[in-house]
Amino acid sequence: MIATSTVDLITVNIDGKDVAVPKGTNVIEAAAKAGVDVPHYCYHPKLTVVGNCRMCLVEMGMPAVDPATKAAVMDPATGKQKINWMPRPVIGCATNASPGLHIRTTTQLVKDCREGVMEFLLVNHPLDCPICDQAGECKLQEQATGYGRGYSRYIEDKNVKPKRTVLGPRVTLDDERCILCSRCIRFSKEVAKDDVLGFIDRGSTSTLTCFPGKKLENNYSLNTVDICPVGALTSTDFRFKMRVWFLKQTNSIDMESSVGANTVVWSREGQIYRITPRQNDEVNDTWMPDSGRILYKQVKANNRLTAASVSHASTSLVDAVNKASALLTEAKGALRIVASGKNTVEEQFLIKHVAQQLLAPVSLVSHVGEGDKILVSKDHTPNVRGALVTGLISELPKPKLTELSSDIDSGKVKLVLSFGEDLAQAGITAAQLAKITVIYCGTHTNTTSEAASVVIPTLTVFEKSGSFINQQFRLQKFSAAVPGPTGVSDDLITLTHLLSSLQGTPHATTQAAGILSQTWKALAASIPSFAPLSFSGIPATGLLIDSTAFAKLPFVETETLHFKPVA
Amino acid sequence: MPEQRRIIFKHIDSPGYTNDLACYQKNGGYETLKSAVLRKPEELIEEVKKSGLRGRGGAGFSCGLKWSLVDRKSGKPIYLIVNADESEPGTFKDRYILHQDPHQLIEGMMITCFANNVRQAYIYIRGEFPEGARILEKALAEARQANFVGANIVGSQYSCDIFIHRGAGAYICGEETGLIESIEGKRPYPRIKPPYFPAVLGLYQCPTIVNNVETLCHVKHIVSMGGEAYSKIGTPGNTGTRILCVSGHVKRPGYYEFEVGKITLGELLNDICGGPLPGRTFKAVIPGGSSAKVLRFGERFKGKRKVGTEMHDYDWSLEDLPMDFDSLAMVGSMAGSGGVIVMDDSVSMVEALANINAFYSHESCGQCTPCREGSLWMKRITNRMVHGDARPEDGTLLKNVADQIAGRTICAFGEACSWPTQSFVSKFGEEFKTYADRSQATVSAQEIIPLV
Repeated sequence: MIATSTVDLITVNIDGKDVAVPKGTNVIEAAAKAGVDVPHYCYHPKLTVVGNCRMCLVEMGMPAVDPATKAAVMDPATGKQKINWMPRPVIGCATNASPGLHIRTTTQLVKDCREGVMEFLLVNHPLDCPICDQAGECKLQEQATGYGRGYSRYIEDKNVKPKRTVLGPRVTLDDERCILCSRCIRFSKEVAKDDVLGFIDRGSTSTLTCFPGKKLENNYSLNTVDICPVGALTSTDFRFKMRVWFLKQTNSIDMESSVGANTVVWSREGQIYRITPRQNDEVNDTWMPDSGRILYKQVKANNRLTAASVSHASTSLVDAVNKASALLTEAKGALRIVASGKNTVEEQFLIKHVAQQLLAPVSLVSHVGEGDKILVSKDHTPNVRGALVTGLISELPKPKLTELSSDIDSGKVKLVLSFGEDLAQAGITAAQLAKITVIYCGTHTNTTSEAASVVIPTLTVFEKSGSFINQQFRLQKFSAAVPGPTGVSDDLITLTHLLSSLQGTPHATTQAAGILSQTWKALAASIPSFAPLSFSGIPATGLLIDSTAFAKLPFVETETLHFKPVA
Repeated sequence: MPEQRRIIFKHIDSPGYTNDLACYQKNGGYETLKSAVLRKPEELIEEVKKSGLRGRGGAGFSCGLKWSLVDRKSGKPIYLIVNADESEPGTFKDRYILHQDPHQLIEGMMITCFANNVRQAYIYIRGEFPEGARILEKALAEARQANFVGANIVGSQYSCDIFIHRGAGAYICGEETGLIESIEGKRPYPRIKPPYFPAVLGLYQCPTIVNNVETLCHVKHIVSMGGEAYSKIGTPGNTGTRILCVSGHVKRPGYYEFEVGKITLGELLNDICGGPLPGRTFKAVIPGGSSAKVLRFGERFKGKRKVGTEMHDYDWSLEDLPMDFDSLAMVGSMAGSGGVIVMDDSVSMVEALANINAFYSHESCGQCTPCREGSLWMKRITNRMVHGDARPEDGTLLKNVADQIAGRTICAFGEACSWPTQSFVSKFGEEFKTYADRSQATVSAQEIIPLV
């Protein structure tokens, strides 16, 4: 494991170059800091070190000291302290930086070691790269090119092992491709806390498998696919679907809970193929839940709202917004707005303006569920804190809209404008919905959209750019990976349109990119903790913002990876 | 002709000597333990240091030094583990101790435990020794009954218990950290060192001493006769006696106990073991268990060595080699576990290597890439050769594969599986080159008994 302390910096020498690293940093990481690649398979920065692949062998030396006097022994040739090089190579992953450590990675010995390990890994590895899903992101392929011999001396038969083993509902294993690095085993045990994988048999016949009666079915099983350096573990959902080099990568955020795991959305020609985790050492390390990886399926779901409608008749977005504006103005004083923790910070900011314009109270609906203490928190919405920071709400939301319910019954409320929340889920009955006018802005059909007089389709997180504030009060941004359905505008444009329509000012058509920076100008001007910020200025790994104003609120989250609730 | 000097095996061949407690005590057993618990533990450690005892398991590491490396400041318990996983092909000394004189081991263990303040000790016995395990269990029960093991032994304040752990049939469990993993109930994958040196982070992450069966028996005799006296047995730096297990093509194979370094390989094989079988001549010998590098009869070894404080030239034939740790290491092999494997002129070195390679590829734990893949590859090459498909370049390839393993793995198995190949090919390269012609001319693939 790597020490992250930055106070105790020491100097080590990698290939003749001095580099300062925290004491205890291993040679692989130290070398990376010096710009030197130390190839490896079994080592993973977030897992324990086992040192079994032997790919990271390097030469190690320490400054010579006279054993009797403890004085430095100088090398007359260079005038510097002599280095005692160890005759045997050492593994970089398990060699920790100590003061004066010298490492060589370019010598003949190191070259031979790497060639040897590459050759050994390949002798029993199937040559099926043309049909292997890992091709293009395969460490074995990359390092064979970088460090291998380039030809094979092996003429014997290769090992035969199980193919297409179903390890669990989402993971398929090809044992012949497995190089026995044990990353998946360590991940299951150490991170997912679900010790189901192990090797059986021994030597070269060692085979990865689940323990008898067990399945790899925990909600983190697909991380084993991510960290598998070869094509042994594959995602049953993604395998054989697309070559990875055709896919475009877009940074995104897992919106299934307030953890806000950082992700990458892989798409091609407007279609998403998979979602994988993106490293953020303060949030999700290199992991994400399986449940967050299938969220892209909502983009092409059958119940997707793709067209605006007024009184159940399709219409243009502009008509629907204008109709909504008219209905809202008419119902002034007897209307409520229900916003959502799934709305982005930018949307919540604009909704607040809509609410102010209409003098309408705003509620959020809480979605509290099971947390797994890893990367799914108890709050199953990504951005309740955004609503607090933007001032859209001042108290934490409740699961049921009881006040709204009684206000409908008493006739105090005649219209409800919902931004993505299904009111039926929040305790409003069908009879109550029938009694009032409903305007629904959302992505998919539900009871509320069915009951709505005006339906305005919006975009999923994969089709728009914006930001969420997670449980740590970390502002994190995501970008549009694929275009939205034809005729559906960016949600910020729709909201600005509604706002200008309510204000009676002409609506200027704007590009999505423009609206984002425009919204951020307003955000920065009105929210003190956003003052120096712009959307493009948010770092890829997010930014902690001041949360002191909300310290007393009884947030529902309990401990997860890298998060401890304020006591 | 040198005489055997039996310390460990003093009694085992005596008529009427049995492995029960009564017989052991009749012959002076447990007297050393009784007197040892009256002494200071540090004194006992000092005796062992003075004795110069070197481990009899294979590496020949100083026993006193091993004990002195134990972390005694951590506050954690210290464990003793007896490595009775005697699996090195050609070695059968511990087996006889366990079968015929188990109390000698238990006494040695208890003295060691007392000296090192160990409160819990384990005997890790290989799975293929079911009879040995039964005998040990019985002996242990007897020793407990007689208060030599357990609470407040022999009326002292000191308590220590011993547990027997049976292996499940894996050679790698003889590697001390693999053994520790196995006791902990895991796959016996040897641990990376650093940081997992048993003396600091051993069994259950506590300081642990792992000693061979024979080594611990020697401890008993060292404490009994005094380290000073023991150090006079054998030769300087190679003290005490050592059991040599001779197998293969000699007239009288078996176990022999000699003062270390006081007998040469020639004396052992020709005088003690009766020389080659009728009509045969010696061809090669592996002096320390199958993983030691093979020596070829007719070889000469020249160089300088330290005798006392002076450097002396030596010029030895194979027969002149003193059977001690340092001399065998000097000529590029090792004393190892004491298993002397003799091959005469009837042996094809390619086939002998095929046999050894089959063993090591079967026993590689599979953790490190070079050993896992390399041992199997070497086996496949030698297998192919003996099955009639040899190529002249196979020797070179074999050597090259072996060179890619040694020194690049977590444990010493990398060396164990590659040293035979390296030495067989270097010393009998011609045989590997010409094996193709030989096999095609004289033997068909069908005639050869398939190898595992």
